[in-house]
Amino acid sequence: MTPEEEKEYVRRRKQRNLVIGLVLLGFVILFYAITIVRMGD
Amino acid sequence: MSTTLAHTATPLPAEWRDFFALTKPRVMSLVVFTGLAGLLAAPGAIHPVLGFTAILCIAMGAGGAAALNQWWEADLDAKMKRTAGRPLPSGRLLRNDARDFGLLLSGASVFVMLVAIHWLAALVLAFSIIYYAVIYTIWLKPRTPQNIVIGGGAGAFPPLIGWIAVTGEITLMPILLFAIIFIWTPPHFWALALFVKTDYAEAGIPMMPVVAGETSTRRQILAYSVLLLAVSLLPWLIGGTGALYGVSALLLSGAFVALSVPVGLRRSQPNDRMSPEKRLFGYSVIYLFALFTALVADRMVLA
Repeated sequence: MTPEEEKEYVRRRKQRNLVIGLVLLGFVILFYAITIVRMGD
Repeated sequence: MSTTLAHTATPLPAEWRDFFALTKPRVMSLVVFTGLAGLLAAPGAIHPVLGFTAILCIAMGAGGAAALNQWWEADLDAKMKRTAGRPLPSGRLLRNDARDFGLLLSGASVFVMLVAIHWLAALVLAFSIIYYAVIYTIWLKPRTPQNIVIGGGAGAFPPLIGWIAVTGEITLMPILLFAIIFIWTPPHFWALALFVKTDYAEAGIPMMPVVAGETSTRRQILAYSVLLLAVSLLPWLIGGTGALYGVSALLLSGAFVALSVPVGLRRSQPNDRMSPEKRLFGYSVIYLFALFTALVADRMVLA
């Protein structure tokens, strides 16, 4: 792997990790909200 | 994961955008709209958080099914200009990654629907995913020129699922919403197939204009549009909606038939500009949005 390719590799992996992190955070918030709403039923 | 991975011959990891593209975001926007319309038109109320969750599950299920569809059809997509740039045929994404992503998204959508909303909504969602990914994509699409009719069934599930998320039961009204999209799909797609020169034939997919010929396809477009007029009026005739929807459906579907008549009765000439077909296709998209908007508006007025 050339240094350029390695740089691109790291960039893509970082971006994917960031997106997965944000999606997981979103689900945490959503499940919290669902729990609150369902407990009120 | 060890850092030595970067020094092996591993291909670059796919960008997250390629995974997103796998969910067919443009199709998903229509799915979200019709699902939301079903949810809003249903009698009863659903908490906004749960309503949002139900729509999210419908969108995730559609995205997962789309990913599985592209996993299965990667070779086919590579043969056609329209689809050759998709993440799999262009080599930006590994095939097994697409499969795993599709399975994860599908499974998660059904699971969340089950625990947060209703078991029946989860069951129908699961069936819709299997219907699209297996019954349509794997089994029937490569085998019959009726593939568009069958595929229309997959697109017809969202309003049904949205409705069930609120009521928890399947009644005649949500089945009629299903039927409307089901019958709308063939004239919508075949109008496109008439003016877009696709390479389905070379890819081995039996599309109606290729198999049955142009004249037969045109007749069928007209037949389906007349049927659509009748079915779109049924929600009103059985008393499921008010006159706001009824009159809107009559006008919108009447225009659909009026635009289908020239398509159904004419024949294309050499160097044909195919204006009637393009007009019908363009209108068919507006039609679906307008009809479901009228349905929701009618419900809001009644409430």
